[in-house]
Amino acid sequence: MLDSTMIELSRWQFAATAMYHFLFVPLTLGLAWILVIMETVYVMTGREIYRDMTKFWGKLFGINFALGVTTGLTMEFQFGTNWAYYSHYVGDVFGAPLAIEGLMAFFLESTFIGLFFLGWERLTKLQHLTVTFLTALASNLSALWILIANGWMQNPVGSQFSFETMRMEMTSFTELLLNPVAQVKFVHTVAAGYVTASMFVLGISAWYMLKGRDLAFAKRSFSVAVGFGLASILSVLLLGDESGYEVGDVQRVKLAAIEAEWETEPAPAAFTAYGFPSNADEETHDAIKIPFLLGLIATRSLDTQVVGLKDLMREHEVRIRSGMIAYDYLQRLRNGEDTPGNRASFEDHKADLGYGLLLKRYTENPATATEEQIKQAAKDSIPEVAPVFWAFRVMVGAGVWMLLLIVLGFYFNARRVIQDRRFLLWLFVFSIPVPWLAAETGWFVAEFGRQPWAIGEVLPTGIAASSLTATDLRISLTGFIVFYSILFLIEMFLMFKFGRMGPSSLHTGKYHHECRQESPAAHGGGATPATAPHDQAP
Amino acid sequence: MILDYETLKFVWWILVGVLLIGFAVTDGMDMGVGTLLPFLGKTDLERRVIINTVGPHWDGNQVWLITAGGAIFAAWPLVYASAFSGFYFAMLLALFALFFRPVGFDYRSKIENPTWRSAWDWGLFVGGAVPALVFGIAFGNLIQGVPFHLDEFLRPWYTGSFFGLLNPFALLAGVISLGMLTMHGAIWLQLRTEEPIVGRAKVWAKRTGVLTIAAFALAGVWLSLGIDGFRVVSMPELGATPNPLTKEVVQESGAWLANYKQYPWTLVFPLLGFAGLGGAVLLSMKDRPGLGLAVSSLGLTGVIMTAGATMFPFIMPSSTNPNSSLIAWDAVSSHLTLTVMFWAAMIFVPLILMYTTWTYTKMWRRVTVAEIKAQDHLAY
Repeated sequence: MLDSTMIELSRWQFAATAMYHFLFVPLTLGLAWILVIMETVYVMTGREIYRDMTKFWGKLFGINFALGVTTGLTMEFQFGTNWAYYSHYVGDVFGAPLAIEGLMAFFLESTFIGLFFLGWERLTKLQHLTVTFLTALASNLSALWILIANGWMQNPVGSQFSFETMRMEMTSFTELLLNPVAQVKFVHTVAAGYVTASMFVLGISAWYMLKGRDLAFAKRSFSVAVGFGLASILSVLLLGDESGYEVGDVQRVKLAAIEAEWETEPAPAAFTAYGFPSNADEETHDAIKIPFLLGLIATRSLDTQVVGLKDLMREHEVRIRSGMIAYDYLQRLRNGEDTPGNRASFEDHKADLGYGLLLKRYTENPATATEEQIKQAAKDSIPEVAPVFWAFRVMVGAGVWMLLLIVLGFYFNARRVIQDRRFLLWLFVFSIPVPWLAAETGWFVAEFGRQPWAIGEVLPTGIAASSLTATDLRISLTGFIVFYSILFLIEMFLMFKFGRMGPSSLHTGKYHHECRQESPAAHGGGATPATAPHDQAP
Repeated sequence: MILDYETLKFVWWILVGVLLIGFAVTDGMDMGVGTLLPFLGKTDLERRVIINTVGPHWDGNQVWLITAGGAIFAAWPLVYASAFSGFYFAMLLALFALFFRPVGFDYRSKIENPTWRSAWDWGLFVGGAVPALVFGIAFGNLIQGVPFHLDEFLRPWYTGSFFGLLNPFALLAGVISLGMLTMHGAIWLQLRTEEPIVGRAKVWAKRTGVLTIAAFALAGVWLSLGIDGFRVVSMPELGATPNPLTKEVVQESGAWLANYKQYPWTLVFPLLGFAGLGGAVLLSMKDRPGLGLAVSSLGLTGVIMTAGATMFPFIMPSSTNPNSSLIAWDAVSSHLTLTVMFWAAMIFVPLILMYTTWTYTKMWRRVTVAEIKAQDHLAY
């Protein structure tokens, strides 16, 4: 049997490196389009300030992108290094979208990103814009394929278990592509990325306005981002991925966990705004409930029921018992007793094989598990509820906060008085981390809420890991922590440095820090009349 | 499904080879450039010249490596699972070394501090040399057989150690890999920079080229005299549902020469290796780096195909339980997955080659110190 500490550490390592990777992805997804918008305005109007905007935000894009690529490498290696049984068991299905992502999207993005940075002097305006556009398109296509892969983990359609090859095999590529969970996840994730980039540009532009620097540059950047941001935040909130929670058992469990709904209530169910869910007691302490709201949010209807966790666990127990039978016949088939009778019996219970494998945590041979082990496995067939419950609320809170800010920003920007709303501008500056908080908690809900499964109803996380030792994991996890911490410090150092410097970092001679040498009065970096003429320049 | 399963299994063996060759010729070149960076660039400006020859392309080139990994995951899931988890620390070593490249290229010249820049230069060196070495060592171990077995549920168990990977033959394979990629990178620099870097690059192309040829020859002799190969004694028909536990394999001396005896035309691969590496060195010495780079690419192809042809159909033989060996006929994905992936490759690989060529054409020039000075804040 695999060492449980090793499995635990493998999960920590994957979670930490995946969440770290996703610090960089959303900004890339959104900022790429903001660059396309800015450069399009430049190409259409020929106004140089828009070229400078593209170059400056492109610099920050590059600092972020480098770490996105770096940490993405880890993701590619890690399925094989740490989740070897997973790789074998589902590679036939899961590997395909990853490989196609490389061929179709990542090649395109990475080939053109170099020309985006270094091709300004060697490409025509239109060629360069095309390069920027293809980079943005490709990064979003990447997200599509990754989310098709991830969507399959939540709702494994278009595939079947084969006892001869002892793995899941693809039965329909089309079903894999059109997985409803993958589609809603894609829209939700890329739109969240657009919001992240908007909040980033808004926050930094707000800071330039507060400092009275490079006003023309800052206002134009703010305008682009606030329009893009408004459309994006509305998409994220209105097209949230709840609609994906109706398909597949894992998604149903996740929804019940998000709402800490232990008992099935008559539709439309009440929404638990606040409370302390406890898996041990199977109830939520000190809950404050708002009638009808959950039914409306989760099912978008008044008469569809949201099934409670206790009922779900009862359903799981039945399936675990059926899975034990499946496991028993699987053993016979694998041991060469390949008779039509054994095949037929296995086929009858095959759909529950994954549930049988949940018992692997307690016994080497699930076919002979005890009553107590079955009860325990059923109890463990749902995730720890409290973290999912709270992470979801943090995400939604962050989303609503950003909606408020962006709506206000849009309104005052449209009235052309945004630079006078200093309090609002400060809120924008300090809200720069908020979209990341939302993205990370969102992924936490999606993936922690998927437990105990690596692949929903198919492969428990516990047996998906490689045959390594806890010591192996201690060493590698330490390595990741050391490398990633150093890289994070370096990245933040550069971001702050170039963010503070602003467009002056382009050394065009037109912006704040370059002008102040000419006027001693401007020393100290504050808002002074001396800088004003330059701000109006282009 | 136009292609039958048996054909597709073989096609995927070829396609993984194509991706690995694509990686060596493009990203391998960048790794060679990284390896040479601290030695060929004496001043900061010279180093920036070197970095900017690959600046626009290294990221796209790296995707050959990533896609090769993804394709192995999708087409040979058991190989991906067994090799990556078995070679755990070797893989992590390559991964951590690769970390230095994206950040190294992008961050190095953003700060004008000599310590900062020198640190990243050595980072780019590590990011080039270490993966090149590790990938060679991995191949050296595959050729000797890897201590692992599969249990009845096809879970791979690796029973060797990290230091066991660093055996003499594997290290020799590492030298070949590092040597050939460094030579390839040197010829690229000869083509795309100006004096005095060009002169230094020529010297290094010759040094590393000769070293690689010698190591490749030594490995050939060692392989034919001192290394036991593997042979499939019995197995289900080639188009059968893949199950790596249904065949019988033996390890015996001379087995790695069997393919060359049975199909003498396959000797073209080692010959191409020697001719390509040798031709590249000569062309470099005769100041013909453009043609030299093309010939060098053929040399890399020859070396990689030699490893493939020697072992075919083996991909990852097991030294401790030969029947668990993973071969091109039984470590593969389903017929449908191989078909889908085949069409994806047929559509996208030509497209990739087209737009990659376009980017190289647009950025083609000798990078000079004068250019870097003029574009101080734009260039890497």
